[in-house]
Amino acid sequence: MGTISNQAAIVGIGATEFSKNSGRSELRLAVEATLEALADAGIDPAEVDGLSTYTMDNNPEIELFRAIGGRELKFHSRIHYGGGAACAPIMHAAMAVATGVAKTVVCYRAMNERSQYRFGTGHTPPPVPTAETAHYGWYVPYGLISPASWVAMQARRYMHNYGATSEDFGRVSVAARKHAATNPKAWFYQQPITLEEHQASRWIVEPLHLLDCCQESDGAVAIVVTSVERAKSLKQPPAIIRAAAQGAGDDSQMMTSYYRQDISRISEMNIVAEQLYAQAGIGPNDVQAAILYDHFTPFVLPQLEAFGFAKEGQAKDFIREGNIEMGGRLPINTHGGQLGEAYIHGLNGVAEGVRLVRGTSVNQVAGVNNVVVTAGTGVPTSGLILSPA
Amino acid sequence: MTEQSDLLARARAYIGSEATKPVTARDPVNQPMIRRWAEAMGDTNPLWHDADARAAAGFNGAVSPPAMLEVWTMSPYRPGGGTSDEGMEVLKLFDEAGYFGVVATNIEQEYVRYLQEGDIIQSRAVVADVSDEKRTGLGIGHFVTIDYEFTDQKGELVGRMKFRVLKFKPPLKQAEAAPAAAEGKAKKFPHPRPAITHDNAFFWEGLKQRKLLIQSFNGRLVHPPVPACPETGSFEWTTVEASGKGVIHSFVVMHQPQLPCFEYPLPVVLVELAEGVRIVANMIDAKPEDVAVGKAVTLDFVEVEPDYILPAFRLA
Repeated sequence: MGTISNQAAIVGIGATEFSKNSGRSELRLAVEATLEALADAGIDPAEVDGLSTYTMDNNPEIELFRAIGGRELKFHSRIHYGGGAACAPIMHAAMAVATGVAKTVVCYRAMNERSQYRFGTGHTPPPVPTAETAHYGWYVPYGLISPASWVAMQARRYMHNYGATSEDFGRVSVAARKHAATNPKAWFYQQPITLEEHQASRWIVEPLHLLDCCQESDGAVAIVVTSVERAKSLKQPPAIIRAAAQGAGDDSQMMTSYYRQDISRISEMNIVAEQLYAQAGIGPNDVQAAILYDHFTPFVLPQLEAFGFAKEGQAKDFIREGNIEMGGRLPINTHGGQLGEAYIHGLNGVAEGVRLVRGTSVNQVAGVNNVVVTAGTGVPTSGLILSPA
Repeated sequence: MTEQSDLLARARAYIGSEATKPVTARDPVNQPMIRRWAEAMGDTNPLWHDADARAAAGFNGAVSPPAMLEVWTMSPYRPGGGTSDEGMEVLKLFDEAGYFGVVATNIEQEYVRYLQEGDIIQSRAVVADVSDEKRTGLGIGHFVTIDYEFTDQKGELVGRMKFRVLKFKPPLKQAEAAPAAAEGKAKKFPHPRPAITHDNAFFWEGLKQRKLLIQSFNGRLVHPPVPACPETGSFEWTTVEASGKGVIHSFVVMHQPQLPCFEYPLPVVLVELAEGVRIVANMIDAKPEDVAVGKAVTLDFVEVEPDYILPAFRLA
């Protein structure tokens, strides 16, 4: 049986600035990030023969392809469930490279999510009867209309089951802002927060305060994937894709998996974690740093548990002991996360995973052998383990 | 499809048996009903109301238009007017399987004699036929044919009727936006609407009758509904009505963003029903601080807009 483990590597990363108003088209952002990533890798744009992104991106593959002077596009894929698919294009790219379908794949995400449109406004267009819109009918008529509210329902049950508190969620936010404070690219550069400020921030959806919610951002990130063999002759030290997986579980719903036995768990991430460890042949003790998707703080806790960094229900203790900050057992979101750096739907987290492997993060963790990167939670999700050559 | 033929087999098991218990007319044949019926039908034949015309035709007392044959034993048409005996089991079977649309397609009547003032009519209905599945302009459905025999107070045959209805899955009418307010005023912000699909229509139809219906695959309950049983693959399902008892499994209190059609802070609860499935809904008469995980609740309904009813819960 074939494997995608150790077949492909991330050899280039690129990004625009992260802002609240880019002042230019999303497609232009995509092109800028793509060209920067290819320059970072030392690859001619004309060599690109694969593209991959994920849904809720508005940039057609072929528009990006013609803009960068592409010639022969042999592979393109677009993976469903928005941020939950943030790591999936890397997986699809690795599969394409491992099978010889494509040689050089660019994964991208470009959005003016703050200046041109916003998620979670509660805007409810007239429903067209599809299975996907029908699903909204189970909660939108009751005013449960935002991603924060969908997460909050599960967060409340997690608190009830395990005794976690709003302060435990707040500590995730404080750590992220601490890391962002030293990252000049982060929107919240030099703006750390205290736990008191977190507690005093206004309610968005109880039990979530404003500072439990990630920001809204304009910006783009691009990632270049090619074979491990090719990577040897390129500019940057490669980040080997040691493992890559997608996962959806029992009775998964889009942000509202409320009907399964235990709603305090994120079983999608357990499925991803098990696959990643099996592919890589490692366990939690072999991981030195992690990028855990932080659109909303509460879901960071069950992720720590899904990957075995803390036992079930004990992520709060792991966090209270300072383990997710610099110098702790497992520094997470060293770029500041989506709470502190930018909300580029998780692809900026993949880029930070690459920097940690290269040793170039502004908050570099010493002795990195394996970095776990995860994608959006509450939806079908995905994840990666990246390693140095 | 075996599931389909299972429904059909169950429906066809009724063929040859009584569709309802025999019905005896609530009133004997009488002049006032004849007069009103003829007026409503635009039937100006003097025989139905003019004593001289009747006498000339050889009748003593009021005489009924033959087409009124069925009228004398009809059950009251308002909801709740009929007795449970008057519902037809064979039609209920289709209702439960999602064929809740009904339209009469054919009536053939045969008259043995004129009905006259004082006759007390009794009808007996027998299921005559259930068709294969048909794809009609109204929707997918089955024709059900009922044969009636009408007798008088002596038990003598006075007429027959063949009555055919189509029981169908109605086309999915999508909810309309709230009606616009009076001209010149700002349009009212509509309450968010669900998308109605073939799979979930029963749920929203049930709410219109203030019933919370749960999909049941031979006793295995599923919510939100699915086209086939996740365990057996069967497409055959019915519904059960929720008892209305439940417990708050989790909840949130909405502050932002706000829609004009709700009051904030807005608690939204995830209730685990006594039947075992969970449902998201709002609370009635409950302050956010009174809502807690584990509290018992009971089901009620709110009409958020005319003919748009949602389930809601009260603290028990």
